[in-house]
Amino acid sequence: MKQAGAVLSVKNITKRFGGLVAVSNMSFDVAEHEMVGIIGPNGSGKTTMINMISGVFAPTDGRISLRGRLISDAAPQIIAREGVGRTFQLVRLLPGLSVLENVMAGAVYGHKRRWGREAEDFAHSVLERVGMDAMSHAPVSSLTYIDQKRVELARTLAGEPKVLLLDEWLAGLNPTELETGIELIHNLRNEGRTIVMVEHVMDAIRSLCDRCVVMSSGAKIADGTTDDVLSDQDVIRAYLGDDDA
Amino acid sequence: MNPATVQELIWAGVLVALAAFWPMMSNGYWLGIGVDVMMYTALATSWMLFSGPTHYISLASAAFFGVGGFVVGSGMSDYDASFWSMLALSAVIGGVLAALIGLATLRLSGVYFVIFTLGLAEMIRNLVSWVQNNFLGSRGLYVLTEFTDAHLYWMLLLTAGCVYLLGWIISRSRLGFALRIIGGDETVARHVGINTAMAKVILFTTTGVFGAIVGAIIAPRWSYIEPNQVFSPQLSFFVVIMALLGGSGRLWGPVVGVIPFLLIWNWVDSNFPNQSILVLGVAFLVIVYFLPHGFVGRIEQLRARARGR
Repeated sequence: MKQAGAVLSVKNITKRFGGLVAVSNMSFDVAEHEMVGIIGPNGSGKTTMINMISGVFAPTDGRISLRGRLISDAAPQIIAREGVGRTFQLVRLLPGLSVLENVMAGAVYGHKRRWGREAEDFAHSVLERVGMDAMSHAPVSSLTYIDQKRVELARTLAGEPKVLLLDEWLAGLNPTELETGIELIHNLRNEGRTIVMVEHVMDAIRSLCDRCVVMSSGAKIADGTTDDVLSDQDVIRAYLGDDDA
Repeated sequence: MNPATVQELIWAGVLVALAAFWPMMSNGYWLGIGVDVMMYTALATSWMLFSGPTHYISLASAAFFGVGGFVVGSGMSDYDASFWSMLALSAVIGGVLAALIGLATLRLSGVYFVIFTLGLAEMIRNLVSWVQNNFLGSRGLYVLTEFTDAHLYWMLLLTAGCVYLLGWIISRSRLGFALRIIGGDETVARHVGINTAMAKVILFTTTGVFGAIVGAIIAPRWSYIEPNQVFSPQLSFFVVIMALLGGSGRLWGPVVGVIPFLLIWNWVDSNFPNQSILVLGVAFLVIVYFLPHGFVGRIEQLRARARGR
């Protein structure tokens, strides 16, 4: 199962909260330059999975490694410095800081530690890439939702992560914003980034993901190319119930 | 708290140089006020180093201040130590104490942190009283030195200057930026790679060191030291009110809060001694309703409006 060149490797991960098993015996690998979607019905443990990879909490059981180095028992700041960057399901910006400073925050403490002029220039270049450089001195409270999401993405990119985790990055966008959003992620994909995305927007998954891991009630029920997985009987049953399968 | 500019540092240097002449122009009552102003400026500015950017309101100032005063008192009275060696020792003890409190409170935030620091300061006060009464003899501690108010004033001015300089350096450093990020969202701070625990403990420790130094310097002014006096919780509240009245957005904020507050406090205290505590309450109301960002916030608001015109 483990392929050569896996950047991120999740092995037999289980997470219990008291008696509740949120994630049960999950395993999957993410290869370099691959874009993997984690999909599944609400409450199936997708965000819990992302939270364990980024270190919000430690798994009860199992191992997560980044390029062969064990990260599943490390604190979030260590994992961030190792090269895992993430966005949040509900966008999290730093309210007292300007757009530029928000992005600099990502550049200063990551695994490449920039500071001063260098960090500023780099933040500008990342903002330009997400199409937000014109707003770099605006307060974040003045931004629209998609712009906030773009700034958050820019902050994560500024840390130059080896693996980028997007937790429902496209959720809550209106149709035109969604188009912009998908195009932006498409560009990241073309840059050859390694991305794991939790997503509900099926159009986005079809057009963006090379591979999908499907979760239902905390367990993996399918893993394969996006087309194969989306036509899988078990997957359809998990989403729509027995009658439609 | 925004990063401080070079221009601000130059202004601060000019102000410190001018303030050094105060003892030559005043004596008695006004020199006494000058000592108070310098004492609270040093305390409130060092409080701001930690609490300004992180928004963690600490009520432990009295603990550090008291440790400073008590170490000087105990050392000079019971062990015939020199003032200077006790000053150095109190800085070390204040720093260690702050680091321990910092480590103990890492998981607390908001009102829990506030209450915990207040409770801890009270606990330390009682602990010191108990040790003093049971093991060190209750004869009281005498701090007899040759220092005049002018000497104390200059020492406090120097301390306040050092606090400002340190704060200025930190605010322009990665550490200062990290603290602003922590103040904004601690979860984000961790996920961009900041060791939040380390950053908070370092800053809280500097607050403790300077609190103890100020307490040690002011000890000779009292001559006779008693734990309940140097560990007074009122001091912790004073420091917070003055810092917030000035505004936590800028490093020079506390100064503009300390001076008007102390002038009003002293006037009320000498004319209506029974109503003095009322000033504290009114000051709180004024901050909450009229000056949520302190004088600094109001000044910057007016400046922005003037520029807009």
